[in-house]
Amino acid sequence: MPNIVVFIELTHTTQIPATAPGLLALAARLGTPIAVSVSQSPLNDEHIAALGAQGAAHIYATHSAQAYSTLNSYTVDALEQAISAHQPAAVLIPASVDGREIAGRLAVRTGGGVLADVIDAHAHDGAITAIHSVFGGHYTVAASVPEALPILTLRAGAIDEIAPAHNPTVEHLELGAHTAGRTAHIDAQSDAPYNTNRPELRGAATVVSGGRGLGSAQNFVLVEQLADALGGAVGASRAAVDAGYIDHTAQVGQTGVSVSPQLYVALGISGAIQHRAGMQTAKTIIAINKDEDAPIFEIADLGIVGDVFSVVPQVIELLKARA
Amino acid sequence: MKIVVLVKQVPDTGEERILDASTGLVDRDANDPVIDEISERALEAALSVKDRDKSTEVVVLSMGPSDASKAIRKALSMGADSGIHILDDGLLGADATLTAQVLAAALRNADADLVITGNESTDGRGGVVPAMIAEHLNLPLMGSLTTVNIGSASISGQRRNDEGTQDVSADLPAIISVTEGFAEARFPNFKGIMGAKRKPVSTLAAAELGVNIAARTKISSVETRAPRSAGSTIIDEGQAAAQLVDFLTTNRLI
Ligand SMILES: Cc1cc2nc3c(=O)[nH]c(=O)nc-3n(C[C@H](O)[C@H](O)[C@H](O)COP(=O)(O)OP(=O)(O)OC[C@H]3O[C@@H](n4cnc5c(N)ncnc54)[C@H](O)[C@@H]3O)c2cc1C
Ligand SMILES: Nc1ncnc2c1ncn2[C@@H]1O[C@H](COP(=O)(O)O)[C@@H](O)[C@H]1O
Repeated sequence: MPNIVVFIELTHTTQIPATAPGLLALAARLGTPIAVSVSQSPLNDEHIAALGAQGAAHIYATHSAQAYSTLNSYTVDALEQAISAHQPAAVLIPASVDGREIAGRLAVRTGGGVLADVIDAHAHDGAITAIHSVFGGHYTVAASVPEALPILTLRAGAIDEIAPAHNPTVEHLELGAHTAGRTAHIDAQSDAPYNTNRPELRGAATVVSGGRGLGSAQNFVLVEQLADALGGAVGASRAAVDAGYIDHTAQVGQTGVSVSPQLYVALGISGAIQHRAGMQTAKTIIAINKDEDAPIFEIADLGIVGDVFSVVPQVIELLKARA
Repeated sequence: MKIVVLVKQVPDTGEERILDASTGLVDRDANDPVIDEISERALEAALSVKDRDKSTEVVVLSMGPSDASKAIRKALSMGADSGIHILDDGLLGADATLTAQVLAAALRNADADLVITGNESTDGRGGVVPAMIAEHLNLPLMGSLTTVNIGSASISGQRRNDEGTQDVSADLPAIISVTEGFAEARFPNFKGIMGAKRKPVSTLAAAELGVNIAARTKISSVETRAPRSAGSTIIDEGQAAAQLVDFLTTNRLI
């Protein structure tokens, strides 16, 4: 089995990210998962056991007191070293803001090729083929890097599998001064105040999204209440984000998050093509909109022509009565 | 200060976009080619520096087929000073690796203090080209910024990653990528459109940049998904909430 290097994007407070299980599960299908981590102090036994439980066969645990002083340069060094030590058949990196930058730099440094925003991958006779979902899910494209090291960025939430657990072997390494000559500096870091009681948007089974039709940030609470009643995540259209009803991280669509939940509920969203590009692969779509000609109805399994302020509170009451 | 803005021409996202199933390439005839909105915002960021300091020189750089020259003309009419168009039939369907090699080679001769790009393009959604260029040119990259302060020797700004918000800074020369948090671009005015005709645009082939054309990624298959069709639509007359809950129950969604 070939080695597959997996980048575990630890938070700066050394939390294992939600992207780790999917990356490790995909790696386990392609070969032997070698988890690479970068932290300020050496990984402790708890982290090692947790990564093993998620499928890491080996952990290449690097640390440097300076790890979070510059933008991604230590991580690129750590991955470059792990690649030369373990000669993988592929490298898996989350398609996160930092992950893409790391993948781009790493590809140039190692002469590899990037397969970006991948939703799945397969191995045949040692060759890795990546699967992409293109133009809002209209096309499924298979691609490979035949002559060089494939570096895949994996879309969050795309892989919903769990790898078999391992009792991992571990290599601890202290990173030297980073080798990238000139880099950007991180002067301060603040955590996103995200609501831990709600599922993450990427990978959630149910998503309830609100648009400009909600009219204000106060009214947008209605979207959150329905999401909570359904145990779902909260999403939004770009117009709702631009109007300041909710944080940018909730944006679904062409330039936001792509979701493929079991259930997508669109409230007060017209269904512009750029919004549909991020949600039309949902299994079931329900839309509520005042305008019977709203394009969202063209793709909704159940469309309700109505006022969100009248329909949604009733739905929440009925759901509560059921529970 | 000299700022180079990387402008990409893409198929308009406002219409259905088509992939050619046999080649895996975008069917460029199916949609109006437009400047990717995020590269327009990148250009706006550069033009706002020029608004404050007239000595600022703004150059737009685009790699694309012959009609990408229209994107460059539009950027010039918005206020950029000159353009560089990398045009080469051999670059058709170039992957991120090759695109970054070519753009980096062009930037090597451009002597920019600052390079501004979009964080990801709407056709590729890769978001890796800026980092690849940074690595080729040994430049600091401040990617996915939501705000920026551009000084004469250094820059600072805020960026959003998946964990939260970061304050970041770098010495010039540097490369930055902007997100939708940046202002929308201005419209070209009449004077700008007339003036753009006289502004210089140089056209270069890959060989003139010393780049050997070789892509690393290979597309092996393209499958089309059947379009989604509408289900049932009901009009709320007080009963729709109950029907919605019934629908959820019947389909085992609750
Ligand atoms: C390059 C580019 C990228 C883009 N990326 C994205 C993206 O990632 N995501 C995205 O969403 N958009 C994106 N857009 C924007 C997109 O084109 C639309 O502008 C946006 O999706 C509209 O959001 P909306 O449906 O909330 O607003 P609107 O189009 O204004 O629709 C609001 C809807 O609410 C309904 N409504 C009003 N009041 C009520 C009520 N009381 N009850 C029920 N219904 C009501 C109205 O009938 C209307 O249909 C992008 C655009 C471009 C050019
Ligand atoms: N062919 C190109 N010509 C000019 N700029 C480009 C090109 N491809 C990518 N870029 C720049 O890189 C950014 C990110 O693109 P990508 O990495 O392709 O998602 C874009 O917003 C552009 O600023």
